[in-house]
Amino acid sequence: MHNNIFARAILGTTIALLFACSDKSPAPATSEATPTPVASAPAEKFKVCWSIYVGWMPWDFGAQQGIVKKWADKYGIEIEVTQINDYIESINQYTAGEYDGCTMTNMDALTIPAAGGVDSTALIVGDFSNGNDGVVLKDKTELADIKGQNVNLVELSVSHYLLARALESVGMSEKDVTVVNTSDADMVAAYSTDSVSSVVTWNPLLSEITAMPGATKVFDSANIPGEIIDLMVVNTKTLSEHPALGKALVGAWYEIMSTMNGDSDAAVAARTFMGGASGTDLAGYDAQLASTKMFYKPAEAVEFVKSDKLKTTMQTVAEFSFAHGLLGEGASDASFIGVETPAGVYGDSNNIKLRFDPTYMEMAATGSL
Amino acid sequence: MKLINRKPSRPVRVILGILPFLLLLVLYLGASNARLAENPNDKLLPALSTIGAAIERMAFQPDKRSGDVLLWRDTFSSLGRLAVGVSISAACALILGVLMGAIPFARAKLSPLVTAVSLVPPMAILPVLFIVFGLGEVSKIVLIVIGITPFMTRDLLQRVREIPPEQLIKAQTLGANTWQIIVRVILPQILPRLIAAVRLSLGAAWLFLIAAEAIASTDGLGYRIFLVRRYLAMDVILPYVIWITFLAFVVDYLLRRVSLFCYPWFHSQAKEND
Repeated sequence: MHNNIFARAILGTTIALLFACSDKSPAPATSEATPTPVASAPAEKFKVCWSIYVGWMPWDFGAQQGIVKKWADKYGIEIEVTQINDYIESINQYTAGEYDGCTMTNMDALTIPAAGGVDSTALIVGDFSNGNDGVVLKDKTELADIKGQNVNLVELSVSHYLLARALESVGMSEKDVTVVNTSDADMVAAYSTDSVSSVVTWNPLLSEITAMPGATKVFDSANIPGEIIDLMVVNTKTLSEHPALGKALVGAWYEIMSTMNGDSDAAVAARTFMGGASGTDLAGYDAQLASTKMFYKPAEAVEFVKSDKLKTTMQTVAEFSFAHGLLGEGASDASFIGVETPAGVYGDSNNIKLRFDPTYMEMAATGSL
Repeated sequence: MKLINRKPSRPVRVILGILPFLLLLVLYLGASNARLAENPNDKLLPALSTIGAAIERMAFQPDKRSGDVLLWRDTFSSLGRLAVGVSISAACALILGVLMGAIPFARAKLSPLVTAVSLVPPMAILPVLFIVFGLGEVSKIVLIVIGITPFMTRDLLQRVREIPPEQLIKAQTLGANTWQIIVRVILPQILPRLIAAVRLSLGAAWLFLIAAEAIASTDGLGYRIFLVRRYLAMDVILPYVIWITFLAFVVDYLLRRVSLFCYPWFHSQAKEND
């Protein structure tokens, strides 16, 4: 009898604990939830995510206006487009396998999914930052004045990369400044406090800060054109098994591009929509577009991807990332992760995890989608 | 014998206590192995060896950029902020609590204010704190102080008022003035309760510390977690979380020992069983 009660008590505790544990560890649940598009169901469903940024607002417009659905229907698949408020969280979700595709910059694509072993393909090269990211000094007008200052920025982001490139351009290094990690949500409030003398950030925060008294933009991404690239990244395995996903996304994207480009009523309406959705208006959105080099035509993007410059850019980015420990535990040097571009492979060709593949954009350019 | 009367022997208690931790570990290893089998570079649930390597790198090797050993630097910064913030809070709470508990006029004057302030969610006024106190150390400490002082004060006020009035009357018949009553009767009884209040508010203090470090910082345990989150470095985040838990446990344990050593009467009275 005693033993019986004791055994039951143990059993009860164990069961209770199991429940408690399963509550506390969402990770196993995540792994179960990993989409396995390998199993070919009749109407395949894919999920892509995006976050608010001038170059990614078209995804919102395309999803709301049914353009994405139209192209998905054409290829007999379903595509769910989700907005995620937190940019980094969206990439983490993609890396964890919750999404088949996600918008991100070239640097984050290298350091988060690729460094995490998720073979990723830059399906669409949408634009590059041409002034959208900038270094701002308070009450100083020369970049060289940054020496010795505290610089508030989102550490390990493209802002950090931009700062490193800016310092390089005047013969300084990160040792000459103190980097203070500051959340992007608090950047504008931070700038208005006395202790902050310098920030690096991106639009729309950048334009708000430069409008404040004493602010001078001393360096921006227009000084390093084509190095901060905005992409739609999809899982390479999913893409190779389901080319329809690539075709539908690229087809939809360039239809949105041709809709929003120009001065027609439809284009103005589209940009007004995108401006509103990103918390500004048509004028504000157009101002952000002015410092973004959008590839409205697929041929432009294809040309950009095929150029030798992309390979050297990825090398610079990989070297920065390695120096800041972003390439992961196993990385012995900057070339640990292979990056495939049409101009050749940078890094370890046996460990290619990031691919710039213009195939689908070429299809769009030749009108074969 | 009824289940409620059966007490586990010491070895059984130890085994039952360890069991949930083992179960967690087994669950983690299972899930981790499953993910790593699919993708050996997976960052979400790193293998124990990867976590070990990260600990080795963070705790024993100087950082490439700054030359500091990061874990220790983060620990000292965070513990320093925590100590200053909690000490200021405890001092304020003690003074205000005793004053308001002992002197009805002070209570009438301050009680509504303290109650109102204790209801303000500190995270909601964070942007205001930044503008007023800047982004440096001061605002991080102020956040802790604003976060935990009001409810510690309210707790101590309550404890002072729970002192039996007979004691106060007796002290007065023996000729004590207000100051003597506060110092000789109230204060000695309140100090162990202050330690108890500090122990209870430490959890909240950690929360505010880490929140402040996540927003603008150059070092600290919370800073590091939010920084490496940018590239999903779970191999660093998990040991940091365990380390924070351990530190919190040690601080709590030390406070309990201090309280037991200095105020044994309080513990025999309160029959505290933890």
